[in-house]
Amino acid sequence: MSKPVIEIKNLTFAYEKHTILEDISLRVEDKDFLAIIGPNGGGKSTLLKLILGINPIQKGTIRTFGEKPQKNLSKIGYVPQNTNVNTDFPIKVLEVVLMGHIGTKRPLFGYAKEEIMCAMGVLGQVGMQDFAQKKIGELSGGQRQRVMIARALCAHPKILILDEPTASIDIDGQKRIYELLKKLNETITIIVVSHDISVVLAYANKVVHINKRLIYHNLSSGEKDKLDKSGHFCEVELFNMFKGEEK
Amino acid sequence: MIEALSYEFVQNALIAGILVSIASGIIGSLIVVNRMVFLAGGIAHTAYGGIGMAIYFGLPIFLGASIFAVVSAFIIAFITLNHRHRMDTFIGLMWAVGMALGVVLVDLTPGYNVDLMSYLFGSILAVSHNDLYYMGGLLALIVFIMVFWYRDILAVSYDSEYASLRGINVRFFYTLILILSALTVVVAIKVVGLILVIALLTIPVYIAEKLSNTLYMMMILSGIFSSIFTLIGLVFSYSYDISSGASIILISALSLFAFLIIGVLKSSKFDI
Repeated sequence: MSKPVIEIKNLTFAYEKHTILEDISLRVEDKDFLAIIGPNGGGKSTLLKLILGINPIQKGTIRTFGEKPQKNLSKIGYVPQNTNVNTDFPIKVLEVVLMGHIGTKRPLFGYAKEEIMCAMGVLGQVGMQDFAQKKIGELSGGQRQRVMIARALCAHPKILILDEPTASIDIDGQKRIYELLKKLNETITIIVVSHDISVVLAYANKVVHINKRLIYHNLSSGEKDKLDKSGHFCEVELFNMFKGEEK
Repeated sequence: MIEALSYEFVQNALIAGILVSIASGIIGSLIVVNRMVFLAGGIAHTAYGGIGMAIYFGLPIFLGASIFAVVSAFIIAFITLNHRHRMDTFIGLMWAVGMALGVVLVDLTPGYNVDLMSYLFGSILAVSHNDLYYMGGLLALIVFIMVFWYRDILAVSYDSEYASLRGINVRFFYTLILILSALTVVVAIKVVGLILVIALLTIPVYIAEKLSNTLYMMMILSGIFSSIFTLIGLVFSYSYDISSGASIILISALSLFAFLIIGVLKSSKFDI
């Protein structure tokens, strides 16, 4: 077996006295498409923040590419939740994407030519190059989400992590985003957090359910056939499937 | 009207008005996009404690107020970065205590009967040469910092969590923005007074925000609008012998009102 890109062992995390995550262990292999599902407040976003090094690790270990998370931030692209906030902000799409550069080759003032070329390149990858000079607030939710993916791709990550990428986006927009992720998955590892389980499961090859504890689930092809890509798999049935595992 | 321009105090007032307008256009833009308007209000009122201190100890007013405002900016930065949920309480507290301290210190100053109104509503016609150098120096500092760190300040203002993931020191830039705000508030007190300083930092900025695609465009437009409002306000102030600070703000507010009406008439979807 090859080295995992992310390895989490016995991770426990608490805010003050509230335990959010308990004894989580997880292996993510190169080019996995991992879906993390679970109820709101179940600790999904907290787990992402731990992987990204935003929250400090209290107990257990997280290794990304065999090292501490803070060492490999440039290899992980992150698309945060709620890209619909702050839409009044006077900023152009291109400038948002340029934020994604880690800033190692930055010039004294402004942005380097290579940085702008690179940003235009990733905008092309997500099909948004024609919108580069538009104000971010003028875009639809789905378009804005693709810009955020472009921003995350700017640093050429090996892993792309998305937190609820399709919340409050119409069905067409959702499908476009997942098709895009599937394409990106040919070269990089994708991790998607979502409670929109029906769609995400159609694309993922690995699923974990987090509600304080983690339940692992490898999707066999038989179960996968039950899922229709356009969308509506009975969620109750699915949760029952996981409950079965738990016992 | 024209003959007024030959007076030195009128020339100084015009230059001060433009310098402060440009500075407040730039800093006001940052305050608005970072949702710091209440924080800036807290700093402005706390700065009155510094004015009182300067009068009591016989220091230059700008120096005393600046020291006080910068210290309060540090405290506010510390509170907002570490105890966000208690922020409004602490800022309200500093707001009141700063003012009270200023009033008491002025009372205690022997033989000095300061005109409180001139600090509450500005005294642009009493700007000295030294004041102009101070304002010019501050504007140069602000422009330099903006040019040099524009991309970092933009990233921190737009999405601070993401900026910190990209290795930008968010706490540093957040504190820097507050300190520049404090210094700008102090010079703006001279022009429109501390009661009205928030209007100068927000009204032109609000109009500019609606018309801009980028943060630097917003800063430039805010500076231009603010300068125009200040100059028109001064003309009215001179012609009708009314308070300069208040007439600058009323001109700004009327312009904002006209802008909103035009916006509503032009588009049914106008979003305030």
